[in-house]
Amino acid sequence: MSMSNPLLALRGVNLSFAGNTVLDNVDFSVGRGVIASLIGPNGAGKTSLFNCITGFYKPQSGSIKVDDQELLGLKPHRVTQAGIARTFQNVRLFQQMTVLENVMSGSHCRSKAGAIAAILGLPSQRREEADIRAHAIECLAFVGIADEMDRDATNLAYGHQRRVEIARALATRPKLLLLDEPAAGLNAGEKADLLTLIGRIRDELGISVLLIEHDTGMVMKISERITVLDHGVVIAEGAPKEVQANPKVIEAYLGQEDGEDLL
Amino acid sequence: MTIFDIFAQQLVNGLVLGSFYALVALGYTMIFGVVKLLNFAHGDIYMVGGFIGFLVLSVVAPIVGPGWSGVAVSMVVAMIAVGFLGVVIQRIAYQPMLNAPRLSILITALAVSLVLQNGVLTLTHGQYQPMGADLGFGGVNLGLLFISNNQMILVGTAAALMIGLELFVSRTQYGRAMRAISIDKDMCRLMGINVTAVIAVTFFIGSALAAAAGTMAGAYYGSVWYFMGFLIGIKAFTAAVIGGIGSIPGAMLGGLILGLLESFGTQIPGIGSEWKDVFSFSVLILVLVLKPTGLLGKSEQERM
Amino acid sequence: MAQTRSNLFNNLIAQFDTPWKRCAAFAVILALLLVAPISLGPYATVILTNALLYVVLALGLNVVVGYAGLLDLGYAAFFAVGAYTVGILTHTFGFNFWLTLPVAVGAAVVAGVVIGTPTLRLRSDYLAIVTLGFGEIVRFTARNLDITGGASGISGIQQPWLFGWHINTPFEFYYVFVVLAVIAVIVSVRLQHSRLGRAWLYVRHDEDAAEAMGIDTVRVKLAAYVIGAIFGSIGGAFFAVNLGAISPESFSFQQSVLILMAVILGGMGKIPGVILGAFIVVLAPELLRDMGEFRLLLFAVGLLLVMLFRPSGIWPARGK
Repeated sequence: MSMSNPLLALRGVNLSFAGNTVLDNVDFSVGRGVIASLIGPNGAGKTSLFNCITGFYKPQSGSIKVDDQELLGLKPHRVTQAGIARTFQNVRLFQQMTVLENVMSGSHCRSKAGAIAAILGLPSQRREEADIRAHAIECLAFVGIADEMDRDATNLAYGHQRRVEIARALATRPKLLLLDEPAAGLNAGEKADLLTLIGRIRDELGISVLLIEHDTGMVMKISERITVLDHGVVIAEGAPKEVQANPKVIEAYLGQEDGEDLL
Repeated sequence: MTIFDIFAQQLVNGLVLGSFYALVALGYTMIFGVVKLLNFAHGDIYMVGGFIGFLVLSVVAPIVGPGWSGVAVSMVVAMIAVGFLGVVIQRIAYQPMLNAPRLSILITALAVSLVLQNGVLTLTHGQYQPMGADLGFGGVNLGLLFISNNQMILVGTAAALMIGLELFVSRTQYGRAMRAISIDKDMCRLMGINVTAVIAVTFFIGSALAAAAGTMAGAYYGSVWYFMGFLIGIKAFTAAVIGGIGSIPGAMLGGLILGLLESFGTQIPGIGSEWKDVFSFSVLILVLVLKPTGLLGKSEQERM
Repeated sequence: MAQTRSNLFNNLIAQFDTPWKRCAAFAVILALLLVAPISLGPYATVILTNALLYVVLALGLNVVVGYAGLLDLGYAAFFAVGAYTVGILTHTFGFNFWLTLPVAVGAAVVAGVVIGTPTLRLRSDYLAIVTLGFGEIVRFTARNLDITGGASGISGIQQPWLFGWHINTPFEFYYVFVVLAVIAVIVSVRLQHSRLGRAWLYVRHDEDAAEAMGIDTVRVKLAAYVIGAIFGSIGGAFFAVNLGAISPESFSFQQSVLILMAVILGGMGKIPGVILGAFIVVLAPELLRDMGEFRLLLFAVGLLLVMLFRPSGIWPARGK
């Protein structure tokens, strides 16, 4: 079950808030160049797991490694620098800024010109600015909305805003991309486009993708590996067909009122 | 004087100071509870209260005398007038800003504070206005310790007001609504609570308490001044934070603690009374950095 | 009526949409500034010098408040640091003014870090009060230490020499401040369009999202404080030698508020707006001289009205 040399490896992660256990001894891995999904009923702890990986929550114990680099205890911006980028459940683009400026934020951690270089207008700084801009346009082109780059980010259609978020995350040059419910609020056509995009991220950019997603149809179609979380515990893990047939998983979902039918 | 006498004297001083801080801190904490805003103008509300008290006293003194009865009348009038002023300020300045970025509403509160300050500055040409209260020098002697009647009346009045507030908050509908709103405002709206009215009442009470403190301070210390709200404002805010912002018992406790800290602080060699303000500011910074939830406040958990 | 007037103003400003047109406008204003003392006389020169000082200070505070969104109510502390550093080192220890400038900058960096660090995790209300507290602590300290001259401050500060030229007339100081203001504007523009300038906006609009994008929000915020402090300190340094004497009362909360007003009234975050605000804050009291304290009330009411009706400031927001 455990893979050798995974890209991301969580071992024995425990997280609790005010006495409530949110994650219970979680072991979890994501391989290289794969698309994996994290599913589970509402309140299972999926977003909390993302937050632990990205450094916004600090687990009480355990280890989180990417390429053998320990992430536990690192501040969020260091985790991003280590190669993990994310999008948010509720789109969190920077308000009152253009699409291009939003995506350029991703390049901050991959550039280094400081205040003095900027004030003096050094050639190296000018070159770096041009590179940042070019890279941002590249990312926007990759997700297919380069023509909207000068518009105010919040004026875009919802589906396009989600794509800007992905472009922004790609601009950080990640090894692993965490997508938190990327299909929420999208129509069928947009979901199909999203699936294609995720596939291209893996194939053309070599980036692993980990999704949290409630749309089980999508999850089945695109994931190479699915992990099921329930009440903070990993109850199943494996290829889609295996997970689908796993009785524990079926039980967990049937127990929910709006549990989606996996079968 | 023995150490014990100094200790006892500073205890009394601390209680008196603490009463003022608590009364003003209550306004900060109550307003913060319902609108999640630090009313930067609150210290100046205290000042306006003192100023109105001064005006009323000069009018009623010929009738009821310049003693505590005169001050009492002045205080009541000031409380009512400034209570309404607080409601007006909330309606005109803060209500329109509810959905604006945080920075905007803070600057608006600063603007209100400046309007109040400069308004009184213009009227008084920046002069101290002697309150003209004649409170007498009677008191009680306990060994070398002297507690003046004024000090006892002051602390007693403050305590009475605070007890009244506590009863109001725990026994009445408005009080319960106030607490509910501080937990979840939107839910309250959905449950049919008239949030606007409760916010108005909160501002009224908070401002009235500050006005009471202002009038009493004017009477006790002898004069009112357009800038007297500045320092008190910051110290009362410190008190509210020490006790836990949003908690009413916390504001009372915090006021007391800060008053005592300041009194005893002046006895520390090297600090004296010049540095006591620096001392208070340092306490504020330390508390905000090390334990921003204060003693009785709840910690906020940020969820993504 | 007010609507058409503001539209007229907006349209006028919108004419200057390309960088070339803006530079041209700037050059014209600069030319006017250069000839002003000759045509307007010594009194106006002193006023304009003061306005230029406020341009420098307001641009500095603009970095902290306008770009990074940190409401600093104690900015005068940085102003004081520069002024007192220069005052003490030149007057008490006899150093050459130009040698004290790097020290003033160093002191500003320290002050920026010391004042900024405790505020890093505070919500904006608390941040405002803490910075106010620091401003007061600095003023109290200046008032009560011997080395800073106590309540009477430091007087008899020598005017500086530059390559044999003694800068000691209002006329000469005016041009020094023109140079300072121009440098301040250039630095502000460069920062605004830089990686750091964008980082300030990201952190300001959504700190957690910025952190998630790999931005070290601590460094970014501290950079704002430090750069703002350097502006303030340099302003203070030249203020000290211009006036020849400094006292703690120049660095009070009222001073911090005045600088803040310049930033807000004109339009925080927008360089032309901040410059306009600085001029308003200095020139209006002169024009309203006879009103006495009433003009302060007028200012306060003006600030309130701006916040309620035109919170982005008098200068129009950038069109999209």
